This record gives sequence, structure tokens and C-alpha cells, in this order.
Amino acid sequence: MTAATAKKKNFFHDWLKSRKGQQTIIILAFMFIPLLLLFVFTYLPFGEMVKFSFYKMKYSTPVDKRIFVGWENYKAVFSRDDCFGAIKLSLYYMVGSILQLAIALYLATMLSFKTKGGNLFKGLMFFPYLISGIAIGFIFKFFYTRGFVFDTVLQWCGFQLDNLPYWLKDQSINNWSLVGSSVWRYFGQNMVLFIGAIMSVDAEMYEAAELDGANKFQQFMHIILPSIKTIVTLNVILSITGSLSAFDPPFVITSGKNGTGTYFVVMNEIAHTSQKVGLASAMAVVLLVIIFAATILQKLFFKYIFRNSDSDDETYDAKKRRKKLEKQQRKELAKQNGPAVRKGAV
Amino acid sequence: MNAAADKKVRRHYSAGTVVRTFIKYFSLVFFGFVAVLPIVSCVITAFKTDEEYMSTNVMTMPESWLNFSNFTEAFTKANMGRAFINSGIILVCVLFGAIVIGTQLAYVLNRFRFPGNGLIRNLFLFATLLPGIAMQVSVYQIMQGLGFINHLYGYIIMSMGTDVISIYIFIQYMENIPVSLDESAIIDGASYFKIYWKIMLPLLKPAIVTCMVLKGVAVYNEYYCSNLYLQDKRSLGVVATSLYTFTGPLGSQYNLICAGVIISVLPALIVFILCQNQIYSGITAGAVKG
Repeated sequence: MTAATAKKKNFFHDWLKSRKGQQTIIILAFMFIPLLLLFVFTYLPFGEMVKFSFYKMKYSTPVDKRIFVGWENYKAVFSRDDCFGAIKLSLYYMVGSILQLAIALYLATMLSFKTKGGNLFKGLMFFPYLISGIAIGFIFKFFYTRGFVFDTVLQWCGFQLDNLPYWLKDQSINNWSLVGSSVWRYFGQNMVLFIGAIMSVDAEMYEAAELDGANKFQQFMHIILPSIKTIVTLNVILSITGSLSAFDPPFVITSGKNGTGTYFVVMNEIAHTSQKVGLASAMAVVLLVIIFAATILQKLFFKYIFRNSDSDDETYDAKKRRKKLEKQQRKELAKQNGPAVRKGAV
Repeated sequence: MNAAADKKVRRHYSAGTVVRTFIKYFSLVFFGFVAVLPIVSCVITAFKTDEEYMSTNVMTMPESWLNFSNFTEAFTKANMGRAFINSGIILVCVLFGAIVIGTQLAYVLNRFRFPGNGLIRNLFLFATLLPGIAMQVSVYQIMQGLGFINHLYGYIIMSMGTDVISIYIFIQYMENIPVSLDESAIIDGASYFKIYWKIMLPLLKPAIVTCMVLKGVAVYNEYYCSNLYLQDKRSLGVVATSLYTFTGPLGSQYNLICAGVIISVLPALIVFILCQNQIYSGITAGAVKG
């Protein structure tokens, strides 16, 4: 062993023992598995999916038998009437999710003031969120069956059974029935979210508003709404992208029959029943692009709407600026002292 | 929160207040009713005998609330005993793995500055935007390549890696653990692993409970991937997919189906009653950044 390698080895050994070396080791050790999983089950399939979308292939086709078809699959997505046409159905789900957010916001406002049995109501409305999609499918198949639960309740209200449609067969109404089940499943979860946000508003604000003679509605418009603006916006964006990828209700309740097949239900069938993996991948990529575009557009839209909003936002901006300044100072301090542990990465 | 203001209002009993209170409780009762109606109707039907089910209206109460024959029949027909064992194994393994991975990743991302830190956070965030159902087309191929299909361990490994929300809950929680704790431990000569193990993990306990409850419910209810990757339903069925048994010839025997549904929902109900507050706080915390 020459002196040079010995020195190098020594250096490496020292480095391993130093704080810096230990930091590197722990970073690598703790990140290896999560990054591997993220790569194998998210980004690798994502890349594969984009690749598949240019091929004509089945699951069982060996790699060398796949036929490269260029943009053919993408053309098919837009020209076949069972593919892209299905995206229209997401409009139903968009309307439903906006309604759902409105209901959730209304109930959250009610429940965040003192209410008798508030916790019970909250629990009852939230619980559907914890039921599995399959169970919900059965519950609503049963619920909507002719002459069963829903029809019975409507008869209590004075409707005649003969005047009622077949909720899951009649094509003019069945998509609304499915949207109803989705609203039922998620409105309680949205409500809990909004209650959390409203509770974080300083209670003194209400007292001050009350002293100033503001009524409940004004309190809602000027105190509650501005302070939960961010979370409401976020949920509107999420619900619109969620509607584009609506899947559960039609998949488990009607299996996409009678004109209820949303984009993903159609894609699922093309992928796993007719095994046209290339076409299904192309559909997935197209929808992904649409979802990204929609997300970005909505972000810009809300930014534009809130561009000159009230002072609340300014204080928020000010807070952000202050935080940034603090962070910078901390950074400089860290540079000077060089402590082993640093906080506030990113 | 504003009890004082409420009291003041109540003393007046003006017409407006009465109407407002009425509307408030009316809407709460209405939506509460909407929320429980489908479930209650299921419970009612699950207790009916076959003749009762055929002859009476769905909303008529069953003759006996002690008629458990549908439950036992559903349990054996759908092979739910096996399904509960499988679901239990999956839950324990996935939760353990996800918590270990999640806390370690959060610790590294929150406490150290290194090149790529921001990039890795963004990679995880971006992953949430990719719709899961669409990705399964190619995940299926990868699972096939790895030989993971029709094995519990394959499904478990796949389920461990895809949880971004709990990572964000951990990171948020760690931001509130003072760095001075780490520093004093370092002065005492503790290694970074020891800091993670002896300081971070114990302090993260509330966040871990929250994530376990949320992730646990999600894993327990997951049906799409388990249907796709655990195809041998007889030996590898989980609770959610065991309900599929009722789609075939039993498709309209709703007293049996409802009993199966109730059995599968019960564990979620028990967890909900025991851990309400963790669930609520998890939902709120996950939304702030997710």
C-alpha cells in the first residue's frame, strides 16, 4: 500500500467520522427506500405510460412484437366516439362538486358557531367518507333500485311511484344519481376541512364585528370567507380536476352502462377488458395534459381575481415577506457560525 | 367560541333569531338524515329474513333485530374470515413501513440542507397530481415484471410508497420541534440516527397516530389495486374485494348483500368512534399543504 492511498483512506475514514460525513450517510440511508419506491411506482410507470401511448400492444405482447404507431393512438382518442366524448360527463361531476362545496361551507359555518349536538351532526355527516368505494357501490345500487329506499322516501313526500324515473337506467337522470352518491360521500369531509379552517380564525374578530353591529351574514362575508379563501380556492381546484378524473361512482354502481361511462371508466375498460394498452395510455396522457392545463389556468384565474383584494391578503403578504427576511438572516447567521444542524431548507 | 355573543342574542328572541335558529337546525337535521339514510336502510334490510325481504317494504322495520343469519351467511359465502386476516396482515405491514419511511424522509428533508432537497419535495408533490387509476395501466406491467402480482408482499410494497400526505404532515409537525433539541443532543455526542430514534419519533407520536388512522382507513378501503394485483380471490381476497362475491348470482339478494356491507363497514365505524379527533385533525392538516 502506497503512502498516497493510505492517506486517502485516512481522509475518507476521517470524513466518515466527521459530522458532515455522518450527515451524508444518514441522508442517503433515509432517502434510499422512499426514492426507490417513488421511482418504481410513480415515475417509471409514468415514463412507460408515455412510451406505451406510441405503440399498438397488449399486456401479453412481448417487447419485440410491439408495433410503433406514432401518433395514431392520440388520433384515435379524439376520433373514436367512445373515448373523448366521455369527458363531457365530467361536467355533471363538476356541477356536483361545486354544489358539494357550497353545502359543506354552509354546514361548516353553522357548526362553527355554538350548536346543540354539533359533534353528533359532524360525525354523522363525515362518516360516509370512511366507507369503501365498493360498499358505497352496493349501498347506492340498493338505494336507487325501483321501489326501494329512495322511491319509498319520495313516496312519503307525496310523489307517485309511476311518476318517478328509473334512477340508474333512465339516461336523462342516471348521471345525476351517480353524482348524488359522490356528493353524499364527500360533503362531510369537505365540511370538516372548512370547520378546521374557520376555527383557526381569531374569536376576537367576531366579538369586534358584533360590537360594530355586523350581522351573521356580514360576519360570514367579511370575516369567515376572507380567512378561509385559500382553502376554498384549493378545494375548488381539486374538485374540478377531480371531476375530470371521476371514476368510483360509475365504476362500482353502474359499471359504466347506460351512458354513465366517464373518461376513466372507458379507459379502464379499454386497458383491462379489450387490452388495448397503447390506446389506454394515450387516453391517460391526454387527460393528464388537460388536468395540468386546467390546474394552471385556475391558479392564474384565482390569482387574477384576488389581485387587489382586501387588507387580509396584504398582511399575509407582509407576513410572507417578514418570514423571508427572517430566513435570510438565519441563513447568514448559519453561514457565519456553521452549526452542524441547519433548519429551513427550501 | 363566542358564547357571550350567543347568549346576548338568545335573550332577545327576536323573530329573526327564531327563524335563523329554525333554519339552522332544520338544515342540520336534513343533511344529517341524508347522510344516515342509505346506511340505516342497509342495516334494516340486513336483519330481514328472505320472506320478509320479499314481502315487506325496504323501510319497514324487521321483525326481529336478533336475526343474524344474513351476517353469518354473508361472512361464510364471501370468505370474509380469510379476507379479514389478509386485510389485517396488509394493514400492519403497510402502516409499519409507511410510518418508518415517512418519518425518516421527513426528518432528512426537514433537518438537513443538501442539494436536491427542494427537488425531492417537488417530485413528491408532483406525484400527487398523477391520477392513480390512469397510472395502473403501466404499473401493472412493472408489477408483472417484478413478479409482484398475486403475492401479498407485492401489494404491500406497492402500497407503502405512495403516501405523500403523511410525509407532509410529518414535515409540518417537525417544523414545530425546536432545532435546539437536536443541537444539544449533538453536543452530548448523539448520532443523527439516535436523534431520529430517541428525539424525533417520540415527539412525533401524535402525528404518527393521525397518519396511521388516515392511512389505515385508506388501505382498508382500497379496492381497485387489490382487485388488480391480488387476483386469486379465494386465498388473497381482502375485505373490500370480498364484497365482489355478491355481484354474480347473488346480485339481487339485498338482505345478504347489506349484511356483507355492514360487516365490512364495522371496523371503520369502530376506528371512527375511537379516533374521531385524530381523523379530523389529520384531514385538516393534510389539506393545508396537500
